[in-house]
Amino acid sequence: MVKYIIKRLLLAILILFGVSLIIYFLLRLMPTNVIADNYRISHSNGGASEEEIERGLQALLAAYGLEDNSFFGIIRGYFLWLGRFLQGDMGESFKYGASVQDVIGQYMWLSFGISFAALILEMIIAIPLGIKCAVNQYGKLDYIATILCMVGIAFPSFFLGNLFIKWFAVDLGWFETGGLSSGISPDAGIAYVIDILWHLVLPMSVMIILSIGGLMRYTRTNTLEVLNADYIRTARAKGLSEGKVIYKHVFRNTMIPLVTQLSFTLPSLFGGAMITEQIFALPGIGNQAYQGLLAGDIFLAMGYNMFLAVLTVIGVLFADLMYAVVDPRVKLGG
Amino acid sequence: MEEKELEVAEEISEEMISEEGKSEKNPNFNDNLHGESLSDRTKVLSPWMTVAKRFFRSKLSVIGLVTIILLFLFSFVGPLFSPWAADGGTVSDTTNINLIIDGISSPTIYYKVNGVEYEAIAISITVPSYVRLGGISWAHWLGTDESGYDVLTRLMLGGRVSLTIGFVVVIIQTIIGVILGGLAGYFGKWVDNLIMRIVDILSCIPTLPIMLILSVIFTENGLGASISKLYYMMIFLCAIGWTGTARLVRGQILSLREQEFMLAAKASGLSTTSKIFKHLIPNVIPQLIVSMTLGLGSVILMEATLGFLGLGAPLGTATWGNLINLASTADYREYYPNLWVGAGVCITLAILAFNFVGDGLRDAFDPKMKR
Repeated sequence: MVKYIIKRLLLAILILFGVSLIIYFLLRLMPTNVIADNYRISHSNGGASEEEIERGLQALLAAYGLEDNSFFGIIRGYFLWLGRFLQGDMGESFKYGASVQDVIGQYMWLSFGISFAALILEMIIAIPLGIKCAVNQYGKLDYIATILCMVGIAFPSFFLGNLFIKWFAVDLGWFETGGLSSGISPDAGIAYVIDILWHLVLPMSVMIILSIGGLMRYTRTNTLEVLNADYIRTARAKGLSEGKVIYKHVFRNTMIPLVTQLSFTLPSLFGGAMITEQIFALPGIGNQAYQGLLAGDIFLAMGYNMFLAVLTVIGVLFADLMYAVVDPRVKLGG
Repeated sequence: MEEKELEVAEEISEEMISEEGKSEKNPNFNDNLHGESLSDRTKVLSPWMTVAKRFFRSKLSVIGLVTIILLFLFSFVGPLFSPWAADGGTVSDTTNINLIIDGISSPTIYYKVNGVEYEAIAISITVPSYVRLGGISWAHWLGTDESGYDVLTRLMLGGRVSLTIGFVVVIIQTIIGVILGGLAGYFGKWVDNLIMRIVDILSCIPTLPIMLILSVIFTENGLGASISKLYYMMIFLCAIGWTGTARLVRGQILSLREQEFMLAAKASGLSTTSKIFKHLIPNVIPQLIVSMTLGLGSVILMEATLGFLGLGAPLGTATWGNLINLASTADYREYYPNLWVGAGVCITLAILAFNFVGDGLRDAFDPKMKR
């Protein structure tokens, strides 16, 4: 087990190294003057003189090896970046005028809160529904739920989001959109909280509708597999009531692959839903990173992508380990 | 469901009886068959026909297939019947020009002439040479857009780009995936290790953020206004998107290469190329077709997402993504849903249809499936 984990960790480091190298090379395709322009724009508001800005820019370009766009220059720049990254310094975001780790740390929690709440709601709806559909396979409920799920999966987030804004926010005026609050001061207490929740209803509905289908279908497929297993026949043969068979024997075994599946949601949980956040103008990490990427904010782009890559690697590793923890029959090896 | 299974069983047994019975009872069965050969009488179902039969038995798959065919007809044949399509582009409607009042551009002025007080405001009136943002009418089933283009025609032309890109990207991804996955699975050892580590790395790259950055980079490098930007981005999508196929092919080949028919292939001294491409790959084709069908939906979605964000094809080009991009302008979203809802419906229908067909094919190919 320990040997396996060490092996996987080494592999994870190799993967992250490869990912960062590729992303860095791509980012360096950006002309240097874009970086310089972004730097000048972000620093010209601070009241610094031309000369100071110019000096700061040259210092930055030199510190990160950005001035040399030859192949070896980029390699050198990569290792300069890597050195700082390993020390926990992800560089400065021009767009937000703060260090990248601060930007991510600041905006991550809103995204996490929204995604986590959406995930919990999804599980509450999707898992029981999936089991129910599997138990009554090819029943009416099964057909309806399956078709609705397929429709939900097929909906692009930007289309559904805009439809929701058009219907529920503009035409019907039920919900507020655009940002987190409509300007109520935080001192208002409960009214402020309700206002924020009111703004979150539509984005969360979009997120839930888009991903509930996948979870439900996954639960359904797994339950069907479990239902065909020999131990379920044994349970029935013992004379257990159908309720006990389903909720004690089937349900628990269905949860095993689900735990694995949930580990894969880690990147979207912390990394934010870029499109949904952008449509509803929520200040989550997804939207902030989107604005940064568009502005050619090279360090934010690098930092955000690495953040996502690290989350993905952890998610996959976690999934494998959880598989062994949840199901004692699984032996890790190789 | 039970009935259908029985049906198949009966067919088979009848075939067998007719075959065996006749040959045994009548040694001179040519007379009995009235000059027909035996194969004319019996119906042999090839594996592909069995799959087709099972595929068409599922309603959802058929609905999906019909939708795809309709979308293709809509995109590729539709513009031929549209009066607003010309040379692969769209022409502005210049009939029935509406005057458009752009707004009050100066504050109200009061002045007196001969003791009478007048009130005046300056209004600028633009006379466009085309029907700008026309509503739904007989001439324009979905209205016209900002430049007087017919939205329905743009929707059809957009479908051409979006669907073509979907197919081309998926086919290229599959070819790369099959070759590299096949090599990894067949040769094993360091080849496998090398290729699979590349797969691990590429599948960890966050696709959407990288596509956004690429778009910015291409624009900064002066490709912003040309369609080749979209092509370059799709090439990149091919370059990182083959990993799923490679994993699938490798996994299948790992198990296939241990089977007896591969031993036979080896014993008959076949070359490595023919062993891989004639004996191993054909066995993976069912899974490949399924993954390609399901992949089509995601490529179309990726193009549409980029288009929606205004980062895909240059803004004038009609693609489904670019059309739905209009929804990000608040005015269009609220007052002109005819401009963007059609594109959204087309994208959703396309993804849904490809998913239905993909699922249907998977079930049809799976010999363990009961239905």
